[in-house]
Amino acid sequence: MTHPYIPNAEPGVRAQMLAAIGASSVEDFYADIPAELRLARPLDLPAPLTAEHDLVRHMKGLLDRVTDTEQALSFLGHGCYPHHVPAVCDEVNARSEFLTAYAGEPYEDHGRFQALFEYVSMMGELLEMDVVNVPTYDGFQSAGTALRMACRYTERSKILLSAAVSSDKMSKLRDFLAPDIEIVLAPVGEGGEITVEAFDASYAAIYLETPNVYGVVETRGRELADLAHTHGALLVVGADPISLGVLAPPASYGADIACGDIQSLGMHQSYGGGHAGYIATQDHEPLVAEFPSRLFGIAPTKVPGEYGFGDVYYDRTSFAHREEGKEWVGTAAALWGITAGVYLALMGPQGMRDLGETILARTRYAMDALAASVTVLHRDAIHFREFAIEVPSSAALLDGLREHGIYGGVALDDRTVLVCVTERHSIADIDLLAAAVQETL
Amino acid sequence: MNTTESFAELPVTPKPPLRRFHQARWDEPIIFELSAPGRRGIAVPEPGAPRVELPDSVSRAQPPKLPEMSQLHVLRHYLRLSQENLGADLNIDVGQGTCTMKYSPKVNDRFAAAIAELHPLQHEDTVQGVLEIYWRLERMLGEISGMARVSLQPGSGSAAIYANIAMIRAYHAARGEARRDQVITTMFSHPSNAACAKTAGYEVITLMPDADGLPDIEALRAAVGPRTAALMITNPEDTGIFNPRIREFVDLVHEAGGLACYDQANANGILGITRARDAGFDLCHFNLHKTFSTPHACGGPAAGACGVSEDLAPFLPGPVVAFDGESYHLETPPASIGKVRPFLGVTPNIVRAYAWIMALGAEGLRQVAETAVLNNNYLMHKILQIPGASAPWDRRRVEQVRYSWQELSEQTGVHSEEIGVRAADFGVHYWTSHHPYVVPEPFTLEPTESYSKEDLDEYALILAHVAEEARRDPEFVKGAPYNQTVHKIDMTPLDDPKEWAPTWRAYVRKHLS
Repeated sequence: MTHPYIPNAEPGVRAQMLAAIGASSVEDFYADIPAELRLARPLDLPAPLTAEHDLVRHMKGLLDRVTDTEQALSFLGHGCYPHHVPAVCDEVNARSEFLTAYAGEPYEDHGRFQALFEYVSMMGELLEMDVVNVPTYDGFQSAGTALRMACRYTERSKILLSAAVSSDKMSKLRDFLAPDIEIVLAPVGEGGEITVEAFDASYAAIYLETPNVYGVVETRGRELADLAHTHGALLVVGADPISLGVLAPPASYGADIACGDIQSLGMHQSYGGGHAGYIATQDHEPLVAEFPSRLFGIAPTKVPGEYGFGDVYYDRTSFAHREEGKEWVGTAAALWGITAGVYLALMGPQGMRDLGETILARTRYAMDALAASVTVLHRDAIHFREFAIEVPSSAALLDGLREHGIYGGVALDDRTVLVCVTERHSIADIDLLAAAVQETL
Repeated sequence: MNTTESFAELPVTPKPPLRRFHQARWDEPIIFELSAPGRRGIAVPEPGAPRVELPDSVSRAQPPKLPEMSQLHVLRHYLRLSQENLGADLNIDVGQGTCTMKYSPKVNDRFAAAIAELHPLQHEDTVQGVLEIYWRLERMLGEISGMARVSLQPGSGSAAIYANIAMIRAYHAARGEARRDQVITTMFSHPSNAACAKTAGYEVITLMPDADGLPDIEALRAAVGPRTAALMITNPEDTGIFNPRIREFVDLVHEAGGLACYDQANANGILGITRARDAGFDLCHFNLHKTFSTPHACGGPAAGACGVSEDLAPFLPGPVVAFDGESYHLETPPASIGKVRPFLGVTPNIVRAYAWIMALGAEGLRQVAETAVLNNNYLMHKILQIPGASAPWDRRRVEQVRYSWQELSEQTGVHSEEIGVRAADFGVHYWTSHHPYVVPEPFTLEPTESYSKEDLDEYALILAHVAEEARRDPEFVKGAPYNQTVHKIDMTPLDDPKEWAPTWRAYVRKHLS
C-alpha cells in the first residue's frame, strides 16, 4: 500500500521511473553498500499507525498522561517562564509559509528575511544596540558564544563569571569554554548580587545576569563596566528581554555584549522546547567580526525605494570558511525570532512597560505574602519575576503543595526553593500559594 | 447582447509549458514605518498590588522605540510577510541538498501544540506521557542507528555534532589521552563537523576527494596517528556518494586509538538499509528536522539526537530517560558532559519525530529510503539530459547529487547562483552548496520521498528552461529575479562596515539621517 506521505511508493509509478532510468530495481542504486554492512532484517520498530485516526488515538493516549501548568497552578520558572502568549504569536508561527520555510534566497523568502530583520531591529531598540544576531539555540549557547567572542576580541582567556547563574547553564558554560578558557567565579553577596573581590588585566570579561538566578536585579552594572573597561576587558550581561520595558538596558550602563534567551517573548513553555538565544553588540567592526551567527541586513535593490535583505559579513561564518570561520552556524531557532518580533510589535513600548510594572509589583506582593510563613532570601533587593525562599525541606514543601494542585517552585537545593510570578498569576493565585505554603509547613 | 454566455465557451489561453508564478508583492513597509503613537496590540493585566519604585541605576530612562500598532495591523503585516515567503508546503522543495526537506505531517503539529503548557521542571509523576515518548524515541533511534544509547537533548544537528565532539574529548580525557588533539574530517562533510571540532579545541585535518570522488584513503592513512582524537564523517557525503570502504576508514582510525563519529544528516536514503554501528562507528547524530520530518521553521527550532556505543554512553549529555518497568524517570549518565541545552531538548520536535516514525514503522522507513533514492536517481537522469549540466564522478548516488553547471557557465558566463535566482521566478527553491566550491558552479538537489514524479518532472523542466534561457539571453538570466517580491539586490553594502545595517536603528543612523 502506498503510504500517505510517500507518493512515489505506488508500484506503477515506481516501475515507470525505474524504466525511465534503465534500472531493474532500487537495489541497483545501493550497490555501493557492501553486503556486510547491509541490515539483513527489518528494523525492530512498533507496527505502523498508518491511519491518521489511529495515530491520533495513540498520541492522545500518551499526551493525556500529563498534568500541565494550566491544569495545576504553577510557580515554576528557573529558565523557562509562563508568560502569556498572545494568540497572534501562535497564528503567525503556525503559518505554513513560515513553519516550513528553510533556506530560500533573499528573493524567494523575502518575508522571512524581513521578519527576522525586524525582529533583530526591535531587539536592537529594546537593548539600545545596533547589532543583534538571528537567534542561536538558546540562552545557554548565547552566553557561551558571547564569552568566546569576548575572549577572541580581547585575545585573553579568563572570565569572571557570576555565581548567580543556574547550575544547568554553568554546566554548559564549563563544557563549552573548557578547552582554553579559565572560569573564575564571582561569589554572590548577602544581598543576592555578585561581588567582585579581585580583577585585573588578565581577564577578558565580567559576566553577570540580571535578573540573576535568584530573580535579583543587579544594581552595580555601571561600576562593573567601569572596572572591566579600566582593565581592557568587556562587560557581558545576560538579560531577559522581557524585563527591559522597565529595567535599564545593559548598554545604558556600559555593557559591551548583551545576551540571553527570548523564550519569554511569545514562546510557550513546551516542556523547555521554546528557547532561542540572542547576542547583541554595538556596531563596532572588530566585535561584529566575532559573531558566528547569521546577521541579516537591509540593502538596496535596483528599484529605488525598494528594500532588499541579505547576510551581513557572511565571511565570518563556518558556512563560508569551515573551521576557519567563527565557531559554527547551522539551523538553530529562527522561527522563535520571528515570533518574538510579533510579540514586541504587539506590546509596543507601553505594553512592555505595563508588563514590567505588573511583574515587579506582583513579585514583591508574593514575597511579602510568603514572608509570613517562610524566610524570603535577599528581601531588600529588587526582584523581577523570581525570588528564593528558605524552608526546612524543599522536597517536603513541593510534595505538599502538589497535593493542593500547586507546582510551588523549583528546588535549588535541599532547603531553597525558587518561586516564579508573572503577569499570569493573579493576586488570588498568589494568596492561594501563600495559604497552601502555610498549611503545608 | 448575450448575457448568459457559458464559461466553457470563454476563450482560454493554452496552458503554458511552465507554471505561471508570481510571488506576492505587498510593498510592505518596515514595521517601524507602520507605527503611530498611542496605539497598542495587546493589553496586559493591571498589577493589582502596589507599584515598585526603581532606583535610577536600574530604571529604564527612555521607553524602547518599538512600533506602536493595533492588533489587526500587526497581524496583517506578518501575514503579508508570510505570503512573501516560499515554504516547503508550497513549492517543490528539492533544491536544498544536504538538508532533506520533506513533508512535515500537519497532524504532528497538533501533537506538538498539546504540550505547550508543560513546564520542564514539573515533577516526573506529572509528565509520564512525555517521558514515555522520549524513552520510546531514544530506543527507536537506537535501533535505526544500531547504537546502544541515545540523547535527544541537542538543539539541532550542528549542536549534536558539537555534543559528539564534547563526548569524544571527555572520553579521551577520562582515559588519560588528552594528547589526542586532532580531528579528521572530509571536504564533503558538513562544515559544522570541522567548525565544531575547532571550537572544541581540536586541530582539523580535512581529507580531499580522490579521483573517484571518495575521501582519499591514502590521505587518511597519512593523517591518523597518536594525535588522532576522531574521524568525523558523513556517508553518503554531500555529493550523494556512499563510500563503500567506510569500514576500512573506521578500522584505520580505531587502530590508531581514535573514535569514529558518523554525521547522519544524510541518513534519509539508508534508513533500514545500513546502520552506523554496524560499520563500527562509536558515535552518530541525526537531524530530527531533516530525516524525521520536523518542520524547518525558517532555520529552527530544530532538534538533534546523539547515538553512542556502550563505551561512550556514560558521557552522554544528561538527563536521559530510564524506565523501571512501571514508571519513567530522568537520570544523568555517570560521566556526563553535562547540559548542552536547557532542559530536555526541543520537545515539540521530539514529539513530532516520534509520531512520524510511529506512522511509518519499519516497512514505512524502508519505503522512505528506497523512494528517496529512486526519486534522486530519477531526477539525476532528467537533469543530466540538460545540455551543460553534469555530475562529477561517474558513480552511483544515494539520496542527493552535487551537480555542476561548469560547462554551461563556460559557454554562457552565467553562474550557478544566477540560475538559482532565475529558477525562483518559477516558484521553486534551488541551492548551490556550501563553500568552498570544490565542484565548480555547483548545485545540490535532494528530492526526498515526499515529492511525486510529476513534481520531479516539473522541477527538471524548470531547470532545463532556465539553462536554455542562459544560452539564448545570458543577460536576462543574470538580471533575475523578475517574478519575486523584490528585484535584484545590491549586496555590496552588506560587507562594508560603513554601509552595513544589521538593524533598523543602524540603517536610520547611516542612511536616513
